[in-house]
Amino acid sequence: MNLMDSTHSNPMSLCSQADSQRTLYPYVTGTSVIGVKYKDGILMAADMGGSYGSTLRYKSVERMKPIGKHSLLGASGEISDFQEILRYLDELILYDNMWDDGNSLGPKEVHSYLTRVMYNRRNKFNPLWNSLVLGGVKNGQKYLGTVSMIGVHFEDNHVATGFGNHLARPILRDEWHEDLSFEDGVKLLEKCMRVLLYRDRSAVNKLQIAKITEEGVTISQPYSLKTFWGFSAFQNPTVGAEGSW
Amino acid sequence: MDHLNQPHSMGTTIIGVTYNGGVVLGADSRTSTGVYVANRASDKITQLTDNVYLCRSGSAADSQILSDYVRYYLHQHTIQLGQPATVKVAANLVRLISYNNKNMLQTGLIVGGWDKHEGGKIYGVPLGGTILEQPFAIGGSGSSYLYGFFDQEWKEGMTKDEAEKLVVKAVSLAIARDGASGGVVRTVTINSEGVTKNFYPGDTLPLWHEELEPQNSLLDILSSSSPEPMVS
Repeated sequence: MNLMDSTHSNPMSLCSQADSQRTLYPYVTGTSVIGVKYKDGILMAADMGGSYGSTLRYKSVERMKPIGKHSLLGASGEISDFQEILRYLDELILYDNMWDDGNSLGPKEVHSYLTRVMYNRRNKFNPLWNSLVLGGVKNGQKYLGTVSMIGVHFEDNHVATGFGNHLARPILRDEWHEDLSFEDGVKLLEKCMRVLLYRDRSAVNKLQIAKITEEGVTISQPYSLKTFWGFSAFQNPTVGAEGSW
Repeated sequence: MDHLNQPHSMGTTIIGVTYNGGVVLGADSRTSTGVYVANRASDKITQLTDNVYLCRSGSAADSQILSDYVRYYLHQHTIQLGQPATVKVAANLVRLISYNNKNMLQTGLIVGGWDKHEGGKIYGVPLGGTILEQPFAIGGSGSSYLYGFFDQEWKEGMTKDEAEKLVVKAVSLAIARDGASGGVVRTVTINSEGVTKNFYPGDTLPLWHEELEPQNSLLDILSSSSPEPMVS
């Protein structure tokens, strides 16, 4: 009896009925990831929260990780599935390195691999419950793409997952432009992250911003954003309509 | 009829805390089948190796079988490695089984131990099979009542005694409010010197809000106190 292999790949598992092998719901989840292209490469931001239903249970989860020399992966959704994806990618990069041929997988290839993995799991009704953002630079070419748990994938100048789709992308559509400086890029991401902090209840105020350029990947230390509550309307919101909220 | 056939579940409060030199693991001792307390003195802190222990919560059956498998694999691993297994390896084995059987298992676990490479370490493996290394971890139904407590009371680099006192206080607070936790507080302390197990029965624990000092009988109160003890 082999418990160590996943049920979908091993016939001799705890349960052999096909129907029980489907992921129904996530347990520990991460919220939005946002990514933008800028002058030197890609900037990506994600908070460090791992929610357990409505409880903000874990507040130091790293949801962005470097992949090989040229890519950066950010994930929202089930953290255990993200950790498993990192293991698959570890193996992928290892085999790539073992060729020892001077070539290395770039972000486009990694994105393609992830797309196949996610789509094939979806077809078996056993998805990896994540939305992924894959960014990177190789030979001066910037790349930013996204893959969802059902295999929807595309590239763009700016991408977001989860709530970020609704709150961050409109801001990015308005304010993103070609050749953003590092400072402007960071400010833009922070603007989006602040809105998410105000309006996404799964957001936590501890985030990291990662940058990937031709030189490599840097992920910032965790930090918190200041928030503004000093609107006069906030002081007395129900004046003129007592009892309302 | 439903309540007569409920699975054994350890409602539970489990805690694992690192301190300056090792770890302290703590748990309550209640196992319930529905509303009945099937075991009021369970030991939820299970040994995996000489230097690594596991706090179990959720389904009693699932957590027991998982710990049996991990103990079996770790035993073989130790023989093949030629030295004591690290806490990280133990935690990853727990994760592997948890993750690959996520559809069937319902158990949240805390792995804690000491090894010579990394010292004292605590790993949380909640439902779904995520693995997270943490300075401290709480789990089980009783843990809901402890997030605020730990936010306030936790600090890095405690002494062994401070850590143990914190764990006992926390489990005791959770027992006070969580119906699925109760009984005694058990702790296991693991460091370079070895493993120490402690047992804190209910009467040694502090009293919280609206709890009264236990008495043998009303008769003792009546005989010892001043006139008018019976209020009409």
